[in-house]
Amino acid sequence: MPITAEIKKDYIIKLAKNGKRVDNRKFDEFRKIKIEIDIIKKAEGSAKVTIGNTQVIAGIKMDLGEPYPDAPDSGVMTTAAELIPMASPDFESGPPDAESIELARVVDRGIRESKIIDVDKLCIVPSEKVWMVFIDIHILDYDGNLFDAASLAALAALMTAKVPIERLKPMVENLKEKHPSIEKYLKEHPKDFPLPLSDPPVSCTSAKFNGMVIMDPSLDEELIAEARLTVATDTKGDIRAMQKGLNGSFTVDEIKKIIKSSVDNGKKIREQLYKSVGK
Amino acid sequence: MKSDIKLIKNGKRLDGRKNDELRPIKIEAGVLHRAEGSCYLEWGGNKVLAAVYGPREAVPRHTQNPLRAIVNARYNMAAFSVDDRKRPGPDRRSREISKVISEALENIIILEKFPRASIDVSIEILDAEAGTRCAGLTAAGVALVDAGIPLRDIPVACAAGKVDGEVVLDLGKEEDNFGDADLPIAIAPRTGEILLLQMDGHLTQKEFDTALDLAIKGCKTISELQKKAILEKYQKNMGE
Repeated sequence: MPITAEIKKDYIIKLAKNGKRVDNRKFDEFRKIKIEIDIIKKAEGSAKVTIGNTQVIAGIKMDLGEPYPDAPDSGVMTTAAELIPMASPDFESGPPDAESIELARVVDRGIRESKIIDVDKLCIVPSEKVWMVFIDIHILDYDGNLFDAASLAALAALMTAKVPIERLKPMVENLKEKHPSIEKYLKEHPKDFPLPLSDPPVSCTSAKFNGMVIMDPSLDEELIAEARLTVATDTKGDIRAMQKGLNGSFTVDEIKKIIKSSVDNGKKIREQLYKSVGK
Repeated sequence: MKSDIKLIKNGKRLDGRKNDELRPIKIEAGVLHRAEGSCYLEWGGNKVLAAVYGPREAVPRHTQNPLRAIVNARYNMAAFSVDDRKRPGPDRRSREISKVISEALENIIILEKFPRASIDVSIEILDAEAGTRCAGLTAAGVALVDAGIPLRDIPVACAAGKVDGEVVLDLGKEEDNFGDADLPIAIAPRTGEILLLQMDGHLTQKEFDTALDLAIKGCKTISELQKKAILEKYQKNMGE
């Protein structure tokens, strides 16, 4: 823990004992969220999400590729996150470290396992050619709660993404000789079309320190946290993914409370997300 | 690369600009919370962020210079910033650009004030459309001022080039791909010293003189925009 966090720790705990937080939020309250869409012209879809001072950009690129042998009729998706040195004095350049990999994998799992992207509709020629979806996440400014910011940015970017069939038309047409069925595919998809998606679960992260649980930890709160819990919930209020982090523990009661406030916050965030992407 | 596309028609370029006209530029200082200084810059279709950390202890320690600070600029393209997705991480091109930008910045930062320290400049290309190194260096200049790093001058960059046999300012996307020459430069606008200069393509000596002159004029115009962005940030802060 950096020395500054050690100094701030007593202060944060003292405030929390009186039911307060450094930025005057309630324990179960998120910081202000801002979602901007279509900010990168070169990307198939893009979004910038700001939670308090944390800023994250997600961009979607698509390309033609080959399917995995165990899912020959499904499109392929990959997620990568870069904790670039711009975002924090503690991030270093170089190959992705454990932190970026965990972040990318948690976001990836949230999107993959909840089947938001209808990968079956991304098949061009079964077991030969499918669409590949690349989700790239750039952390620009790090002030805590990257999990929620990154997954929200990825969702917003996916919801605005268009399959770039017009840009790749020459490439697709070259495949006609080998795969005559492409003729039919091109007829059915003459223009760029929105990525086939279903309703996304929204993730909310809580942190615990000194026996107290707070929602959407800022960086100072994150640095003194003993335990962390991310809960993704869907439109029905069902739980779709969870991830506990750090070496502290939760009681069953605490977990139930966290789930409840994750559903409540998730609902508000989802409404904002739909509004931002114009749905 | 040659092509049949006419890049200049009736004295107008593909995007409607005159030969000595810049693409639209928008600069904003102090956009990031964690970084000590930062700048967001849009230049035509380019969108660039620059952030500055330091002066701080240089690591690894063998890179330290006991007499002055070192400058680490890191130019990085986002995977989604180009048509065909770029693999994340540095490649040979971005390493070279990082190096020439670092050297340009070393020239104008008063390094002797911070022995053994490093000043780290992070340049992220979020959306790319010809001329990203000039956009990145120009943004870095504003971010350095925003970080309060003592400078001899605010560095600024701009390119000139040749398309369809004519010397033009600030090459656009098609002009960069199919043009005859590209000449990006960076200057210290107060003295006119040249901090960065690269060229590829084919220019006669006379054309080079015209192009260099044009690029310097472009730099001076952009320099005013940089100063305006910095002033705006402090005026805004005072208003609050």
